[in-house]
Amino acid sequence: MKPKGWKDLPPGSVVLEAGSAVKFKTGSWRAYRPIWHEENCIQCLLCWIYCPDMSIKVKDGKRGEFDLDYCKGCGICALECHGKKGKKAIEMVEEGK
Amino acid sequence: MATGLTLKELSKKEDRFTHGHRMCAGCGAPTIVKMVLLATDYPVIAANATGCLEVSSCISEYTAWKIPWIHTAFENAAATISGVETMYRSLKKQGKIDKDVKFIAFGGDGGTYDIGLQSLSGAMERGHDMLYVCYDNGAYMNTGIQRSSATPLGADTTTCPAGDIIPGKLRVRKNLTKIMAAHNIPYAAQASPSHWMDLMKKVRKAHEFIGPKFMNILSPCNRGWRSQTNDAITLSRLGVNSCYWPLYEIEDGVTKITYTPKDKIPVADFMKPQGRFKHLFAPANEWLLKKVQEEVDKEWEKLKKQAECGC
Repeated sequence: MKPKGWKDLPPGSVVLEAGSAVKFKTGSWRAYRPIWHEENCIQCLLCWIYCPDMSIKVKDGKRGEFDLDYCKGCGICALECHGKKGKKAIEMVEEGK
Repeated sequence: MATGLTLKELSKKEDRFTHGHRMCAGCGAPTIVKMVLLATDYPVIAANATGCLEVSSCISEYTAWKIPWIHTAFENAAATISGVETMYRSLKKQGKIDKDVKFIAFGGDGGTYDIGLQSLSGAMERGHDMLYVCYDNGAYMNTGIQRSSATPLGADTTTCPAGDIIPGKLRVRKNLTKIMAAHNIPYAAQASPSHWMDLMKKVRKAHEFIGPKFMNILSPCNRGWRSQTNDAITLSRLGVNSCYWPLYEIEDGVTKITYTPKDKIPVADFMKPQGRFKHLFAPANEWLLKKVQEEVDKEWEKLKKQAECGC
């Protein structure tokens, strides 16, 4: 985005577009990437509620893939995941590997 | 109709705090905001005191908020939202607005315990219909981890550095939830993001009261607590289970503990994974670790007595 001068900004620098932060992708911050193993997922959605970056796509109450455009790779989801029979449904792997 | 408090039902609601915000990876605060807004079934207008949440959620031309949101200075989030609420009441009286709107102010512990305390106290006393949510990470994390009056006893910060002269902060935390309850407000509560259901129930309950409400929520900060990026929820759970951060509510002056840990764990279990308490595990500082445990036990016993006598 081209920086704007003060004359181009709305009075008071009000941001008029709600939720415009979606245009800023934070996925490049990530050092570890989460991988979802669907076979171990019990659809508890705890990863969804605990995700600080709203990066877990849920449709009709069902968990889908990670939104890697925004996921910062903190790993909270992987740590909190209960999984099935002691096997976690989320694993963190180093980016670039 | 209110959305059921199940994750499945809640996941169908629109997130009113979006991704693309620039809080650190693994921060506790965005999760808290998400939970507070998801639990609220009304249109919301929010004010935000200066702090991590404010500076990272609205960096010029980008906002993560999908609700009307006002950035205010450190000291006046409560004053700002009380002004907005007063205008809303006036417009309602004039018949210019008929919607039921809820007013929420967010502030960190610096903007709430310290700098914003006078305006918060004023708003509580004047009786505005608002909810003040403090996300308490226990120091001025945004400006570089300076001590605040919410910093726990023994913690290492840049303005009370642990070393040869002092072993970290020497004073105990201010009990803000009780200070707020002492304003005789209808509802004050303490919550933790690890116990999401408890947190959301408290938000729902708070919105049912007309008048000033206050919620204090533990918000782990991996930068300031010197912990890992993935342990925000785990640490807040340890905080609750060690009774460092008891979950309770004070409704019209009556205290109720909403969660009693089955096995109360030593507070050292909560402190061990955090680098800010590392020095307390050195033999020379054993006395301070003991003192921290005594303080936590004392506060917990006091709270239990308060809950038993219904006062």
